[in-house]
Amino acid sequence: MNLNTCLYAFNGVVKREFWRFIQQRSRFLSALVRPLLWLVVFAAGFRAALGVAIIPPYQTYITYETYIAPGLCCMILLFNGMQSSLSMVYDREMGSMKVLLMSPVPRSWLLVSKLLAIALISILQVYAFLGLAWLAGVEPPLWGLVTVLPALVLVALLLGAIGLFLSARIRQLENFAGVMNFVIFPMFFLSSALYPLWKMRESSEWLYWVCQYNPFTHAVELVRFALYQQLNLPALAITLGCTVLFTLLAILSFNPERTVRAAPARG
Amino acid sequence: MKRSRFVMSLLAGALAAAGTAHASVAYISNEKDDTLSVLDLNSWQVVETIEVGERPRGIALSKDGSKLYICASDSDTVQVMDLATRRIIANLPSGADPEQFALHPDNRKLYISNEDDALVTVVDTQTHEVLAQIEVGVEPEGMAVSPDGRWAVNTSETTNMLHWIDTQTHALVDNTLVDQRPRHVEFREDGQLLWASAEIGGTVSVVDVPSRQIIKKLTFEIKGIHPDKIQPVGVKLSRDGRYAFVALGPANHVAVVDANSYEVLDYLLVGRRVWHMAFTPDGRYLLTTNGVSGDVSVINVDDLKVERSIKVGRYPWGVVTTP
Repeated sequence: MNLNTCLYAFNGVVKREFWRFIQQRSRFLSALVRPLLWLVVFAAGFRAALGVAIIPPYQTYITYETYIAPGLCCMILLFNGMQSSLSMVYDREMGSMKVLLMSPVPRSWLLVSKLLAIALISILQVYAFLGLAWLAGVEPPLWGLVTVLPALVLVALLLGAIGLFLSARIRQLENFAGVMNFVIFPMFFLSSALYPLWKMRESSEWLYWVCQYNPFTHAVELVRFALYQQLNLPALAITLGCTVLFTLLAILSFNPERTVRAAPARG
Repeated sequence: MKRSRFVMSLLAGALAAAGTAHASVAYISNEKDDTLSVLDLNSWQVVETIEVGERPRGIALSKDGSKLYICASDSDTVQVMDLATRRIIANLPSGADPEQFALHPDNRKLYISNEDDALVTVVDTQTHEVLAQIEVGVEPEGMAVSPDGRWAVNTSETTNMLHWIDTQTHALVDNTLVDQRPRHVEFREDGQLLWASAEIGGTVSVVDVPSRQIIKKLTFEIKGIHPDKIQPVGVKLSRDGRYAFVALGPANHVAVVDANSYEVLDYLLVGRRVWHMAFTPDGRYLLTTNGVSGDVSVINVDDLKVERSIKVGRYPWGVVTTP
């Protein structure tokens, strides 16, 4: 397999993802409206609920809006990763996936291309969100908008990989509701996206530990620190480790032998 | 514009980092710890904690910056600290329960409010003699001397008045009624205007000094914070004359006011129960003492942002800075 073919395939996957994105403008809007609702409505209601304390990477007191903004960036990545997994199920049902998987390019490369394509589009949405959040008074340092980029890429890959891994296990479209209930919501709520973990610990020690073992918590912290020009090494290590793990799992799940063997079982 | 400001702040930062053999510091009185925290203004670290008299509240520098006066309220004295050695070298006869004070431009007369006795005590800082005791309203608190040295103004928290004391005769000349519980007064640099905060009234009155009449009353409103919590205490005017900063106590915010149009421009989130403030010697930062959270917040005066908050002792009250 030469480089040109690989690039050709990559180009094709990314373009397809972009066209889909452009055609589904409502999806773009909903991807923005969801975190904005949280930022404007939820944060307004919860403003006073957050205890006053300074936690790294912040050096002074912050508003609740400022606290949840990195979590909401990750929320965009989470929903996009999962929604793209929905599109995989859809693709498989509609047959376009078969065309793609039949190409002579290695599947692992196709999947990585798919992951990168999802990441690119998600990150565009994150920056659009950060721009709007700025208007709502969330003003991280300007350089932070640059330093957060690698963190966003890694987190987008992680969540995309989890999405792909799940999509290989979902056989029907309807099961996506199950993904929402059993994956997206627990991942999001059992993390440091909406409340600092010390706050969680005050009410429940075991919930605190569940949050600690949630990779999404570390993804959020990685983005939070990067947005304030700081590197959270443990968060980076965990996010990186999980990204490699889930990418491998996704590639294994899309292994041709498995899918070939699985095919008769479906019929 | 923004970029040039950014470059300038970078340059200024580089200069500050290069040329500071004698670090400028802030002294913060910790009411509950009976200590002063010494905060390095370059590293933003507390470098020393000094034990002083009981319940230190108001603090002020001598005009030459060599001495620090400390109201040790529960020790019923004003302590004098030599800043070269950071040792207490004298205790001034302040009258009972001194809380706030102000030094006359002559660098000798210290006007001290005695909260429990409804008195203002005038002490000569060189001879340590009490020059006069002037009866004022109930619970005197805020104290300021006009830049030309003519007026000493005291606020009484229960009588709700500004008391105008002639510094030549030490006679109470006039009173100006303001809103409930006036806590602090601050003269504009040219001495023509006086800003007075009213803690319970929730207002700041701007008083024309020649006529001693209120010409403007400011009110504050912060989204999501109950009006009862908005209790103005400390007031500071930026040296360039652009801004007035008002510490809003348990509202945990500092109001930024346009000092010319009297429009409230912004509210900056700081620590809990913010009372008093001081500019750094270069005027670039404003420090606030946050009593309940036990820290000092640092406001960048150029871009009106809170940059950091630093833990000091328990219940920090007053703050001064030296070059």
